[in-house]
Amino acid sequence: MSPPLLSAEEGEQSNVSLVASSPSMDCISQNGSGLKERNYMGLSDCSSVDSSPVSSLSEEKKNNLNLKATELRLGLPGSQSPDRKPELCLLNTGKLDEKPLFPLLPSKEGICSSSQKNVVSGNKRGFSDTVDGFSEVKSSVYTTGNWMYHAVSDSESPQSVGQGKFPGSSGMNVVLSSRPSGAQSPIMKELPTKVLQERPHATNGTSHNNNTATNGNSSAPAPKAQVVGWPPIRSFRKNSLATTSKNNDEVDGKPGPGALFVKVSMDGAPYLRKVDLRTYSTYQELSTALEKMFSCFTIGQCGSQGAPGREMLSETKLRDLLHGSEYVLTYEDKDGDWMLVGDVPWEMFIDSCKRLKIMKGSDAIGLAPRAMEKSRNRN
Amino acid sequence: MDPMRKKDCHDSGESVRVASTFPDEVLERVLALVKSHKDRSSVSLVCKDWYDAERWSRTHVFIGNCYSVSPEIVVRRFPNVRSVTLKGKPRFSDFNLVPPNWGADIRCWLVVFGAKYRCLEELRLKRMTVSDESLEFLALSFPNFKALSLLSCDGFSTDGLAAIASHCKNLTELNIQENDIYDKSGSWLSCFPENFTSLEVLNFAYLHNDVNFEALERLVSRCKSLNVLKVNKNITLEQLQRLLICAPQLAELGTGSFLHELTDRQYSELKRSFNNCNNLNVLSGLSEVAAIYLPALYPACTNLTFLNLSDAALQSEELAKLLVHCPRLQRLWVLDTVEDKGLEAIGSNCPLLEELRVFPSDPFEEGIVHGVTESGFIAVSYGCRRLHYVLYFCRQMTNAAVATIVQNCPDFTHFRLCIMNPCQPDYLSNEPMDEAFCAVVKTCTKLRRLAVSGLLTDLTFEYIGKYAKNLETLSVAFAGSSDWGMQCVLGGCPKLRKLEIRDCPFGNAALLSGFEKYESMRSLWMSDCKVTMNGCRFLAKEMPRLNVEVMKEDGNDDSQADKVYVYRSVAGPRRDAPPFVLTL
Repeated sequence: MSPPLLSAEEGEQSNVSLVASSPSMDCISQNGSGLKERNYMGLSDCSSVDSSPVSSLSEEKKNNLNLKATELRLGLPGSQSPDRKPELCLLNTGKLDEKPLFPLLPSKEGICSSSQKNVVSGNKRGFSDTVDGFSEVKSSVYTTGNWMYHAVSDSESPQSVGQGKFPGSSGMNVVLSSRPSGAQSPIMKELPTKVLQERPHATNGTSHNNNTATNGNSSAPAPKAQVVGWPPIRSFRKNSLATTSKNNDEVDGKPGPGALFVKVSMDGAPYLRKVDLRTYSTYQELSTALEKMFSCFTIGQCGSQGAPGREMLSETKLRDLLHGSEYVLTYEDKDGDWMLVGDVPWEMFIDSCKRLKIMKGSDAIGLAPRAMEKSRNRN
Repeated sequence: MDPMRKKDCHDSGESVRVASTFPDEVLERVLALVKSHKDRSSVSLVCKDWYDAERWSRTHVFIGNCYSVSPEIVVRRFPNVRSVTLKGKPRFSDFNLVPPNWGADIRCWLVVFGAKYRCLEELRLKRMTVSDESLEFLALSFPNFKALSLLSCDGFSTDGLAAIASHCKNLTELNIQENDIYDKSGSWLSCFPENFTSLEVLNFAYLHNDVNFEALERLVSRCKSLNVLKVNKNITLEQLQRLLICAPQLAELGTGSFLHELTDRQYSELKRSFNNCNNLNVLSGLSEVAAIYLPALYPACTNLTFLNLSDAALQSEELAKLLVHCPRLQRLWVLDTVEDKGLEAIGSNCPLLEELRVFPSDPFEEGIVHGVTESGFIAVSYGCRRLHYVLYFCRQMTNAAVATIVQNCPDFTHFRLCIMNPCQPDYLSNEPMDEAFCAVVKTCTKLRRLAVSGLLTDLTFEYIGKYAKNLETLSVAFAGSSDWGMQCVLGGCPKLRKLEIRDCPFGNAALLSGFEKYESMRSLWMSDCKVTMNGCRFLAKEMPRLNVEVMKEDGNDDSQADKVYVYRSVAGPRRDAPPFVLTL
């Protein structure tokens, strides 16, 4: 439908002498084999997220980004077609220090540490740059950002087809995600669309930097990049969303008799669920409900009890989870620590639970009331 | 029209005013009844006498871009203005695309108004920077000041509000909407003097701090003309009930939180209070809503024309039950927690609906969230044939769906579709969304405002240029394939006034193709496109009556123009531009 990016853009370029051809661009072309990892923003040090008023939210999201990125890559029904919807993942190979990859970036570091808004714009440039294709470089600073495009040649055909369809649609933030298996040189896949959304306030693209910083894991895809000001939602609305749609958010600090929806994720499941904790009054009820919700994801996971296959986890099975057999039910409390479900009285649990996670027993070994760095790292 | 012709003959260059059969006094009285500022502009172009008559009789001036004119020019032309509406920053500043301290400070305007418009009564500002000092100056300089409305402004704190409350003895309206303000404390509300009774509009819905409830209750009780009250979410249900008792005459109500526990008795009192509110046309707030209390509202919903549930995370059934009681609804804002089923309920219950806005509850969600899809939108279009304004945030859309929607509702004047993943194609066919917007512009001939999203090639813009003859505002993000797209729009839409573009592959050729058009537009915004400094300089040179401003970001290539803002101005280049804004 549209001519290959390269030629189209080249043509345009020459007319308006837009492109500032740069050495880094050549460098990128050479790297066209696309196996380079690039931290999207190259702003590993960026810590302005910490000053963000919603940093706790960001933290939470950071941790979940990877998980979800992984989950989405499974491309189960209900998700969008894999080459459209998958989240953008930053390459994350554990290399937290991206600076060498962005030779023109010293000032970007400056941007990063200065106002968030500048960072954002920095991010944005990278974002749009990537869309421009191999030879397009909006800003030489971001030339290295074009690695995304080069990845296309390596990626599966759906991806490249997808790529071919976006001749200049800047915006595909794309980005690359490392394979879930976490090869050391993850293949860059271009994941069209699914740009990243800006974190409420502050963020402006900085939080993903923290993602890369905290997810040095080989097993986790890198977190998504951020796009400033997208989707176009005004800040006052973002603030009220943070407190209204999640009734248990402690920003508001006012518990009430309303519903208490928390997200429930499960290792290996492609999507999350939400449960209203107020509809249960005991751990037992919660266990049962979760089993039912997630039974479809436990193919072959049933271990000591019951037959393998799409059988629902028995009640006792889930209780077994609490004893570390197959899956463990954990929750993130108000302090951001991951805790084992079942230790505290139910009422106290409801008050402090922000989200739930069903994780593999093996992952939860050593889970202590203190923060689960391990779990975080794996994410 | 003989009288006018005679007048015209005598007009040319004569200093002596010839008595006409149409005395100026009459003309001025007639003109005083002409309210629309567009009409008044047309009137002023008829002839010099009409220009003079119009300027003397103008009491309200609307300035869509504060930098298009200077305060001195305004006060010189219109000596008798009582009400001013000013808009400042480009709209994309709402989404953090404009760096802080960009400008649009009200201060220099107030200084001039303080000297020349002693009778100023109303000031309505949008996207301006307003400091506490400015607010205090305002409160002290204009003894007749009545109405202050601040929408999406920044730079002030609740101290400024305290100054307004303390000094504006004749205040009728205090409308603090959706601003980025430093909310130090709620004590500003207690600054209204005890003998102050003139308030008619009070909106502090998005302020965070507690206000003194007793002071608020007393204020509401003594202001018998109060008809708009929008409180913040710290006001409890019980407090709301007390306020409703003081002010059953309210036409617009914004509730606080709808969540706190009520006893049965309290609940029935609340319901009774709502029952007494027979005049309610507009309802908003309802943040943190406990659905079990919603029925208390039902008695008050009969005459509702505008229901703003964009802070209320309702589920589909809750919305459906509520809508049954709102038969006259014309405008509805919801969160996408209501999902497609909720939208079906809208289609079934709101035949008079003209405006629908669906906001995303979790715009940055990484997992798969539900929200709304194309089916919900289609359901609304079948049920609400009068729909003409839509703002729709979704995660999937198809060309066919949009075609169906505009076929059902061909009267769209504002069509703002935001598919939240940039460059996302039709999720069923994997085609670009070009045909969707083709259907929109072809079918909706009255279209004035369009926001596009999804995967779009130049074809979309060809369609827009070809068919959207009434289009005034166009917002584009992550779309287009080449300069040709933008060229089509600039070459094709005769009524285009505002064009805002971000992250599109439009470069200098596109920018320069419209240079004659920009003088007939209010403004052009292009960020993260492919425009270079040279292109901007060329434009600036060719069109001296345009201000071509580039916002530079540190560290980026100097030849690229990251953010370009072009607008017509009779005031010349800005004198207050910060260092990162270069006027070329």
